[in-house]
Amino acid sequence: MTTRIGVVTFPGSLDDRDAQRAVRLAGAEPVALWHGDKDLHGVDGVVLPGGFSYGDYLRCGAISRFSPVMETIIAGAREGLPVLGICNGFQILCESHLLPGALTRNDHLHFICRDQRLRIENADTAWTGSYEAGQEIVVPLKNGEGGFVADERTLDMLEAEGRVVARYLEVNPNGSRRDIAGITNEAGNVVGLMPHPEHAVEPLTGPTTDGLGFFTSILKKLVNA
Amino acid sequence: MTLDTVDKAKDDSKDRGWLQDGPVGAHTFGQPYAELGLKTDEYERIVTILDRRPTSSELAMYSVMWSEHCSYKSSKVHLRQFGEKAPASDAMLVGIGENAGVVDVGQGYAVTFKVESHNHPSYVEPYQGAATGIGGIVRDILAMGARPVAVMDPLRFGAADHPDTRRVLPGVVSGIGGYGNCLGLPNIGGEVVFDPCYQGNPLVNALCVGVMKHEDIHLAKASGTGNLVILYGARTGGDGIGGVSVLASETFDADGPAKRPAVQVGDPFQEKLLIECTLEVFAEDLVTGIQDLGGAGLSCATSELASAGSGGMRVELDKVPLRDATLAPEEILMSESQERMCAIVEPGKVDRFLEICAKWDVIATVIGEVTDGDRLEIFWHGEKIVDVPPRTVAHEGPVYERPFARPEWQDALQADGAEHLPRPQGGDELRATLLKLTGSPNLADKSWITDQYDRYVLGNTVLAQPEDAGMIRVDEETNLGVAVSTDGNGRFCKLDPYTGAQLALAEAYRNVATTGARPLAVTDCLNFGSPEDPGVMWQFAEATRGLADACQILGTPVTGGNVSFYNQTGETAIHPTPVVGVLGVIDDVTRRTPIGFREEGQIILLLGDTREELSGSVWADVAHGHLGGRPPQVDLERERVLAEVLIAGSRDGMVDAAHDLADGGLAQALVEACLRGGNGARIVLPEELDPFVALFSESAGRAIVAVPRSEELRFTDMCKVRHLPVARIGVVDGETLEIQGQFTIGLDELKAANSAPLRDFFA
Repeated sequence: MTTRIGVVTFPGSLDDRDAQRAVRLAGAEPVALWHGDKDLHGVDGVVLPGGFSYGDYLRCGAISRFSPVMETIIAGAREGLPVLGICNGFQILCESHLLPGALTRNDHLHFICRDQRLRIENADTAWTGSYEAGQEIVVPLKNGEGGFVADERTLDMLEAEGRVVARYLEVNPNGSRRDIAGITNEAGNVVGLMPHPEHAVEPLTGPTTDGLGFFTSILKKLVNA
Repeated sequence: MTLDTVDKAKDDSKDRGWLQDGPVGAHTFGQPYAELGLKTDEYERIVTILDRRPTSSELAMYSVMWSEHCSYKSSKVHLRQFGEKAPASDAMLVGIGENAGVVDVGQGYAVTFKVESHNHPSYVEPYQGAATGIGGIVRDILAMGARPVAVMDPLRFGAADHPDTRRVLPGVVSGIGGYGNCLGLPNIGGEVVFDPCYQGNPLVNALCVGVMKHEDIHLAKASGTGNLVILYGARTGGDGIGGVSVLASETFDADGPAKRPAVQVGDPFQEKLLIECTLEVFAEDLVTGIQDLGGAGLSCATSELASAGSGGMRVELDKVPLRDATLAPEEILMSESQERMCAIVEPGKVDRFLEICAKWDVIATVIGEVTDGDRLEIFWHGEKIVDVPPRTVAHEGPVYERPFARPEWQDALQADGAEHLPRPQGGDELRATLLKLTGSPNLADKSWITDQYDRYVLGNTVLAQPEDAGMIRVDEETNLGVAVSTDGNGRFCKLDPYTGAQLALAEAYRNVATTGARPLAVTDCLNFGSPEDPGVMWQFAEATRGLADACQILGTPVTGGNVSFYNQTGETAIHPTPVVGVLGVIDDVTRRTPIGFREEGQIILLLGDTREELSGSVWADVAHGHLGGRPPQVDLERERVLAEVLIAGSRDGMVDAAHDLADGGLAQALVEACLRGGNGARIVLPEELDPFVALFSESAGRAIVAVPRSEELRFTDMCKVRHLPVARIGVVDGETLEIQGQFTIGLDELKAANSAPLRDFFA
């Protein structure tokens, strides 16, 4: 049976086709989900792609969390549904309180698009099982509001519980606290990531193919489950 | 304010006895035509066409549609050459005159592309000006039936160290990023040029590329009596009123920009909805004609659709959804509010059309219908306020044969060549010169700017800046792709506009070929000073003639573009700056050739002839602040041969890296190839050349390539067969750029020099 991964399209989603391509290249079947439809069509996992879901003129992701599709996803995630939020998806997961903290305007106040070196800190989540802990990868990063912030206690908790999934190396591109690029929830099924692994899945169009691991991880996990 | 109706205008004209009295003279009925940007003879012409005075709404429409920006009244007589001299090309599917040209790229795909200016608004309000520049060109491409797939931005600013550049540049860059990034269109290239001549008149040009299947091509015409006119997208507001006439078609006063209300304000999210909604409407074949609303807003869309169609059109203007309920009909007709489109839809398809709009939360309103008459009639709460023949508004505006004359200073300028200037002597001075040039704003690394643009979105970007051309994969199965480059050199054009325009084309053509793509078609954005200045008009006439002649020889027709006049402050015009975009096709994008030296041990070859050509060069500018002499020679036959060799080298896997030689000459090309690939080079300059000339001359028709040793003979044989000069100048090696017998520079030092300026000035 093919693993089916849903990719949500909000009206302002931009990287939804890219996420679908990444899912396909990893060997799973991408399923397009629509923001206005509560039905997840029986998918085995969900990707919330990058973009500007409803324009994000308010706070990024602040409106999306109230969308019909998110109602089902939030409930599902609490039951263990694997969810990967990339960039805007990460912002939505924080706004939905599935992940702690918030993403704020980059400290240098500019949008930034660059090939970013990361270290995978936690290879035990639903989305990082294909990597080794400590593995370094390079994937594109592109955001205007990617500075991860949380209070010190939360940051200490994330570190202590091993919930920092990826960390920026060489350059901290947006002022994220403790160079945090991605985090997971306690159960490890929900992962939020600022950089874009879906743009590093083909040698032709990406700086590397290092990003594919996020999508093969979920496949491996679901097949072994 | 009382409503000015057609009936009232008829009565007035009769009462005043104007029709008997002849020429308008004092009989202008107090109408503010001059404030709206119309000349007296233009006003008289409107009266003659209508056989009465225009209503205030009609006057508003004519004023925006007859503006220089919309009517091309000063440029038309010159632009005709692009059609008359167009080379026969099987690739051309839609030519000049539509929203954008369309080119056949094979496998059933068609590509549409166009470059436009948004210069004046970007000076007044850099962020919104640049943002809506992207929005406008994207809608042009969308209106052809294509999915927009990439954008590029050729930008020109005043001196990098001027305080006002620090106001304009960051705003423009944020605006392009803020809008383009939200649309999900990769920004794959463009240019950033600094020159004091652009201080009061920055050039913000925007190019968009779109892809569709042949059968999806849509045109802007209203046909079929009884079909409905649907306005959809954003509500109409008071922004951008008179943008094309008052703002874009006049020069700035010396005391600075103050035309803020004429600049539009953009909403990229709305545009993203408009794109997806429009593509879905196309996919279900629901429209018979479509037009975007940009410059001149509803005046333009309704008159152009009606003019190109078979009959007339009746519009109920009070149906238009407004942001500001107090807007008068004249203002609604002139508003340039962004993110709006106008579609012609058969009655049976209207429900489905509205349904799709609702799915995307896009407001859509039936505002009128196609009639069997030959008039464009517009009503306001039942009263007729416009009754005009649409062609007289849209396509039969005034045409001027502006006087032109070669400026008196041209001879003296050309006589003052840079070849006599003092040159660096010996290795140390050459080394210092190279570092100084590569660290000058025009040659410096532009990543501080381009890193603010998303180049990855959509996942089909094969090449992006700082590569020679941007390249997009069109089909994921077959790997068909297109490459686009834009180039322009205002300094060369100032010295000789005819040759300068040809050099711009030659460079863009060469840049496309360098990546391995075959150049097919051209779009141009012609940025000049005031057409009312005979010297500027001469520059324009020369540049268009040069470009048309060169397109004919290279076999690449002009498919469309834009003219931007009045880029001058007071008496001072910008350098004549035609920006040329070339589109090419590549059958297999995996064969593309990047600029970076990637493999140690590969052989570096220099293709083409290097002559002592220093006038207008970056060296003359940076080392001496000099502009004079004659620009480099153009040899278009040579450009063709060079392109053939580069394309064949790419296709047959002989070439691993290729980079065109342009600004800064061989020295800068080597710096960029080394830094991009992360490998050094050992270079032995050709013995017959003076080392300084070899490094810094800007002769056209040249490129460097890196080839594996195993391919060297095959490649050089290919050059010899085609009589293309080829010289082995070195090898990819180490972590320094070594010019043997002259100097050595570490890549770290090169990188530091090359990457410092933009960050220092703007970060």
